[in-house]
Amino acid sequence: MGKVIVVTSGKGGVGKTTSSAALGAALAQNGEKVVVVDFDVGLRNLDLVMGAERRVVYDLVNVIQGEAKLPQALIRDKRVETLYLLPASQTRDKDNLTPEGVEKVIAALKKAFDWVICDSPAGIERGATLAMRHADIAIVVTNPEVSSVRDSDRIIGLLDSKTLKAENGERMEKHLLLTRYDPARAERGDMLKVDDVLEILSIPLLGIIPESMDVLRASNLGSPVTLADEGSAPSRAYFDAVRRLKGEALPVTVPGERRSFFGKLFGRKAA
Amino acid sequence: MNLFRFFSKTQSAPAARERLQVLLAHERASAGGSDLVAKLKDEILRVISRHMQIDQDKVSVKMERGEQVSTLAVDVEIPFNAAKAAAGRKKAA
Repeated sequence: MGKVIVVTSGKGGVGKTTSSAALGAALAQNGEKVVVVDFDVGLRNLDLVMGAERRVVYDLVNVIQGEAKLPQALIRDKRVETLYLLPASQTRDKDNLTPEGVEKVIAALKKAFDWVICDSPAGIERGATLAMRHADIAIVVTNPEVSSVRDSDRIIGLLDSKTLKAENGERMEKHLLLTRYDPARAERGDMLKVDDVLEILSIPLLGIIPESMDVLRASNLGSPVTLADEGSAPSRAYFDAVRRLKGEALPVTVPGERRSFFGKLFGRKAA
Repeated sequence: MNLFRFFSKTQSAPAARERLQVLLAHERASAGGSDLVAKLKDEILRVISRHMQIDQDKVSVKMERGEQVSTLAVDVEIPFNAAKAAAGRKKAA
């Protein structure tokens, strides 16, 4: 049985889709079978970020409505053969996303894949709550910025109340992925620091993704950053996050920071 | 000049951190339906409206949520004839 991960945030534009694609590709490069599911019905973008926008025939809503079989809707990545995408519908209304339909699709995907990554839409409406509903693990994507932190706090509350795990009295495993982090600005006191965000949200840290041109360049090319440039700072941060996700106790470091003097001071324990 | 500005400009991150801590402490409490300040505000206004017609423009409610202490200030303008009308209503009843 595969594990279901939801990548969520509440706020839009913080890097959910970028992170879903990057983490999915990183996991798949390690040989694991991965499917990334776009829940953003009406505003899909995961296909674009993964470079599969011209290969979409069927989508999640088609599968739920019985207009297509699940294997027909899955798009296999051309670069990594264990990586698949299930796109969202661009034209349908998001009311077509039914709880029963989503449950069936997730159950089928869990049987066929090691990891099912659900890319949540922004907000706290139907799409977002259905994306998190069946999750075993939640990755909360947050920018070091007040509105993003506030929305993440709200989402953490929903993860602890509106998911199947929560309703069954189980504990939802939650991880913080801090994205667009600029160590220089944080050091100057102009950006919330890692420890500030961790103290406020109090969930374990999965990784820190530095603000980087490489992320934009990768999305321009239609490639998850972990495929476009494996050696870049954000890629290395995503690869490390994946190792932690799989249970490795890898200390979290602030990427791009001078290791010589500050490095040891800022070395952190992983989740 | 630039150098002076660089040193005199206070850091903004500590302010962000503090504001978030206070705000989220209140939001977490209200998620459980135990936002005392909001409840007080509603009940106070309900009591006042029992005795007089509240003109929404004449009521100012100010809430200040602090780290240790929150304050609630309800400022209602009571016209002279409102008090008389209320007294008259009581006699009639």
